Amino acid sequence: MSASAEAGPLPAAREARPWRIWAGGGIAGLAWLAAAALVLAWPDADDYGRTELLGGIAATVGLLLLLAGLAGAPGPIARLRPAGPWLVALAAGLIAWELVTAKLDLLPRPFFVAPQALLEVFTDDYAKLGDSVLHSLLLLIPGYLLGATIGFVTGVAMGWSRRVGYWAHPVLRLIGPLPATAWLPIAFFAFSTSRQASTFLIALATFFPVAVLTWSGVASVAGSFYDVARTMGARPWFLIRKVAVPAALPSVFVGLFMGLGSSFSVLVVAEMMGVKSGLGFYMQWSQGWAAYANVYAALLVLAGMCTGLVTLLFRVRDWKLAWQKGVVRW
Amino acid sequence: MVNPIGLRLRGIHHAFALKGQDLPVLEDVDLDVRPGGSVALLGPSGCGKSTLLRLVAGLEPPRRGTLEADGAPITGPDPSRVLMFQDPTLYPWRSVRANAALGLEARGLIRTEGARVDDALRLVGLHEFAEAYPHQLSGGMAQRAALARALVNRPGLLLLDEPLGKLDSLTRLKMQEELVALWQREGFTTLLVTHDVEEALLMAERVLVFSPRPARVVSEIAVDRPFPRHRDDPHLVALRREVLETLGLREAA
Ligand SMILES: Nc1ncnc2c1ncn2[C@@H]1O[C@H](COP(=O)(O)OP(=O)(O)OP(=O)(O)O)[C@@H](O)[C@H]1O
Ligand SMILES: [Mg+2]
Repeated sequence: MSASAEAGPLPAAREARPWRIWAGGGIAGLAWLAAAALVLAWPDADDYGRTELLGGIAATVGLLLLLAGLAGAPGPIARLRPAGPWLVALAAGLIAWELVTAKLDLLPRPFFVAPQALLEVFTDDYAKLGDSVLHSLLLLIPGYLLGATIGFVTGVAMGWSRRVGYWAHPVLRLIGPLPATAWLPIAFFAFSTSRQASTFLIALATFFPVAVLTWSGVASVAGSFYDVARTMGARPWFLIRKVAVPAALPSVFVGLFMGLGSSFSVLVVAEMMGVKSGLGFYMQWSQGWAAYANVYAALLVLAGMCTGLVTLLFRVRDWKLAWQKGVVRW
Repeated sequence: MVNPIGLRLRGIHHAFALKGQDLPVLEDVDLDVRPGGSVALLGPSGCGKSTLLRLVAGLEPPRRGTLEADGAPITGPDPSRVLMFQDPTLYPWRSVRANAALGLEARGLIRTEGARVDDALRLVGLHEFAEAYPHQLSGGMAQRAALARALVNRPGLLLLDEPLGKLDSLTRLKMQEELVALWQREGFTTLLVTHDVEEALLMAERVLVFSPRPARVVSEIAVDRPFPRHRDDPHLVALRREVLETLGLREAA
């Protein structure tokens, strides 16, 4: 009796829950189909190469969303549910953008580009774009890792040893707030290749926030944390590795995040100023040809790359700081 | 069994610098504990009991006086004298088990002696929470985790600073019994700070009562009863009244 009463509600509830459409998905689907109709049916004001493709993509997205909406967003698609309003807004934005550029030609060219012109960059120049991403990453990552490592070690040493702090603090205080790009003329003069110079600058930009935040993290570890380990026989090296560093880690990650941000800006500047490859160079070069669609495409790719790296860093942080509750989501 | 440590303190003076002034905390404290003995320290809040335990643990040196463990002067912390702090002070980035394993890790014994960690967690009733993180524990559970972390080290001298202060009365009675049984089984020396007179009388061979800050020993009571003891033992009830009187709580007795 009691057993059936306990087992009863679950399957019953599952059956009783009616099949319901995902209204947001349906509306978004219709909006995308409307955008597709506009793109395909209304003739362009000028010759554009990728109008059919753009219309096709919009129509596909619209159909898929409409289907998902009618099916009630089953399975993994359910994760799209919160994005409903955004999907509608994106379609509306596409319609507006399409109208003022390709269809009515209201905005001055070449600075304003049509959606299909942007799409054309991706379909025709993807190899060069991909190559630029690769070169940017190959320049950024070694410099970032170098700066982060040196910054971390410096920060720990400063937070741990009063003597290191005594000597390093004034130097850091004077040099640190200087934007790394201020070293640009010196760096390109002092290093034999622009690649070395850029790596140095990126490392420098990363170094400062990582060092400062590691230092402050280590310096603010509660003395009682050390006492606990000391009474059980811990030696200084153990205290550094197993107490100071883990206790300072939340602060270290803030430094790594800030360092990543400054490394991006140095990367782009370096690629625009001297390095003859990467997304910054691609943008600079395209702008020289007034190929603004290429500039915007590269900007979009750059944004994707930066947010991807930040996401990666936050993933690592969430994993390392799983013991913390209420960390900021990215 | 462990190697119990004998303790000898002579003329201990200690003070803290507070706002440029000296705040005397301990005044001429003498204390002897036989190897394997058990002494409880009672005294009003803020008189200097925790400070005395810190000195014995070797976490800081006294202003004046000598501290000896087994005849050798105490010059620094040593894993044979483990202090269980008044605050649990668990590491928030370590699970309960990893917290309890801290001492073994610090001394490079985790490979060979790791089994002790789970024994200690079972003893304090936290084995089911071994994977939990400190922020997931109640105050009393955190305190028991800290107790396990101290016990894992099998010290010759165990310094307990209000180890059961945050437990409910039932868990508290059980832990008192467990600690007495463990002490009798393992034979370590115990120095216990508590604000519970009954707890002191149940767990210690001798009870020292301190004056308000600066702490000096105002009375010393030998509790000459076999273990395990019972709280309704008339002898203990009489002693309890005596202790409360020295503490200045005539009406409470
Ligand atoms: N690091 C410190 N700096 C300055 N003063 C301190 C310090 N530690 C303790 N004191 C002072 O020393 C006195 C004794 O402190 P202690 O912690 O030893 O008291 P206690 O007897 O353990 O009290 P309770 O029973 O409340 O735990 C207090 O007045 C306290 O303010
Ligand atoms: Mg205290």
